[in-house]
Amino acid sequence: MSYKKTFSELKKKKQKALIPFVVIGDPDYETSLRIVRTIVEAGADILELGFPFSDPIADGPIIQSADVRALESGINTDSCLRFIKEVRTFTDIPIGLLVHYNLIYQRRIDKFFEDCKGAGVTSVLAADVPIEESDLIIKAARKNNVDTVFIVSPLTEGKRLEKILKNCRGFVYIVSRLGVTGARDDLQESTLSLIKRIRTKTNLPLCVGFGISKPEHVRAVLEAGADGAIVGSAIVKIIEKNPDNKNRMLGELRSFVDNMKAATK
Amino acid sequence: MKKGYFDKYGGVYVSETLMPAVQELEKAFNKCKNDKKFNNELNNLLKNYAGRPTPLSFCERLSKKLGCKIYLKREDLAHTGAHKINNALGQALLAKYMGKKRIIAETGAGQHGVAAATAAAKLGLECEIYMGTIDIERQKPNVFRMKLLSAKVNPVSSGGRTLKDAINEALRDWTANVKTTYYLLGSVLGPHPYPEMVAHFQSIIGKETRKQILAAEGKLPNAIIACVGGGSNAIGIFRAFLKDKDVDLIGVEAGGLGIESGKHAARFADQKLGRLGILHGTMTYVLQDKFGQIYNTHSISAGLDYSAVGPEHSHLRDLKRAAYTFATDKECLEAFKLLSEEEGIIPALESAHAVAYALKLAKKMNKEDIIVINLSGRGDKDIFEAARHLGVKV
Repeated sequence: MSYKKTFSELKKKKQKALIPFVVIGDPDYETSLRIVRTIVEAGADILELGFPFSDPIADGPIIQSADVRALESGINTDSCLRFIKEVRTFTDIPIGLLVHYNLIYQRRIDKFFEDCKGAGVTSVLAADVPIEESDLIIKAARKNNVDTVFIVSPLTEGKRLEKILKNCRGFVYIVSRLGVTGARDDLQESTLSLIKRIRTKTNLPLCVGFGISKPEHVRAVLEAGADGAIVGSAIVKIIEKNPDNKNRMLGELRSFVDNMKAATK
Repeated sequence: MKKGYFDKYGGVYVSETLMPAVQELEKAFNKCKNDKKFNNELNNLLKNYAGRPTPLSFCERLSKKLGCKIYLKREDLAHTGAHKINNALGQALLAKYMGKKRIIAETGAGQHGVAAATAAAKLGLECEIYMGTIDIERQKPNVFRMKLLSAKVNPVSSGGRTLKDAINEALRDWTANVKTTYYLLGSVLGPHPYPEMVAHFQSIIGKETRKQILAAEGKLPNAIIACVGGGSNAIGIFRAFLKDKDVDLIGVEAGGLGIESGKHAARFADQKLGRLGILHGTMTYVLQDKFGQIYNTHSISAGLDYSAVGPEHSHLRDLKRAAYTFATDKECLEAFKLLSEEEGIIPALESAHAVAYALKLAKKMNKEDIIVINLSGRGDKDIFEAARHLGVKV
């Protein structure tokens, strides 16, 4: 399903999007697949999936630990793509990828996007590729009909902002606070002013990530005008603290995502 | 050539949240590098605080032993004991001009951390250093020095727990604190403008060397040798000689336990693991697996223990203007001992890699031929580590 269709169907239901994020293969391939299935069943509208990378400079320590767990379990780009194909057997909601550039580059940029298309990926966000360096990625993505998502922060302005919005497809990833990924409190004011500013310049859905860990955060950013809330570190933390009890982990994930989804209605 | 690139190498590969900071830095550097007041202030610091110019020493006994003329560019005699101070003073002064109150830095061997902490103390800036826990263990004297200089040392226990991981953490800190904080990167690495800026501040090494060798010998050397981790001391000395096509420029990577062992930091020498890729904001040669996961490196010297090489080196190698080779841990230790015994100079283990290759190259030279080795740092910090490898109890 396309982003466009997803957001318009949500609108009809008077809901907004809940977008959970997990790292593929955290803590291992099979468990990760069960995690994604649970999250989808619990009400995810869109999935944001990370490919684990050894040196994730755009992520905080919580996501880095998830990357380490996944890599130690033997995950690589091939198995990540296979994973997405398996996810596609039980859901057709949009799947966005968060990937560091070296993983794309080593596969060859064109082949990476061909494989994304083949696996059923909806969009790709290259975490360490700013708009200035993204020509090759955009070209390969367009050729393969994969959307390109870019980040906009409170410091993104002027011509750079225009160029980013022009090249964004699917949705705009809004980072309302500076810093790397990680759970934080107190979101509303900075988000409000940023969303107001971006809203006048694009019709694309605006989804807010970084620092959303509670239902009240979800409500806050959605009330501020966002179309979706991206929840990463808070979910990864639940995986991290339950290494030995997978049923408990899945139970906690189900009720967490369920509560967060309720806040979008 | 595209801005921020050395042909196809370099660039700015950072997250959107870091872009404004990188651009602010580029603007400030471009302004200051041609600013008379800034340059006067920096030159004053380099001369009256850091002790520049550093001497170019003729090695009489070693030359006799090897059968050609060996000179050392004595960066070990610069304040804090390594070339790192040149860049640290330049960037710390830039930070001050930008109105930043806090600097952060990564360090491997601790030489850059000490230099950054020193520059911060001198210029009245707050300073925090990120350092891998393995490096903290093997470079204890430098950790204590940084603390004495009132810097906070933040241990990094993620990944391979060395320089690469320290840079990850420093980049994260910068991302979170861009408005108040200046990231003082220590080598010709990272996103543009760092490779160009660090080369600019280090190029004083080559400028001095050129004058000094012409004064001493009336001609340029046949070869210039420098060790290459990120490659800042090498770029620093190479740049003044790029147009002198008769001067061979040679970079020496860390061969660790040997290339076949896979335990090394030789990005150019290992053609299987060392491939074009993106790490820490720049496109260059990187040691990695086939999917692009970055390898943890090994070297006896913490300062060369890094998975990527500065992008300008990749470019110089393509142009065949510089050649790159490697020295193993074992060869490095032998050179470390030899220079101590023959010349009364204990080199840093990093710099000993350059000495090790000079020993090989000298065999192909004539008596009147001249080799200049960039002795990038002194070895006081390494005595415990060297003793351990040599099986001596201190």
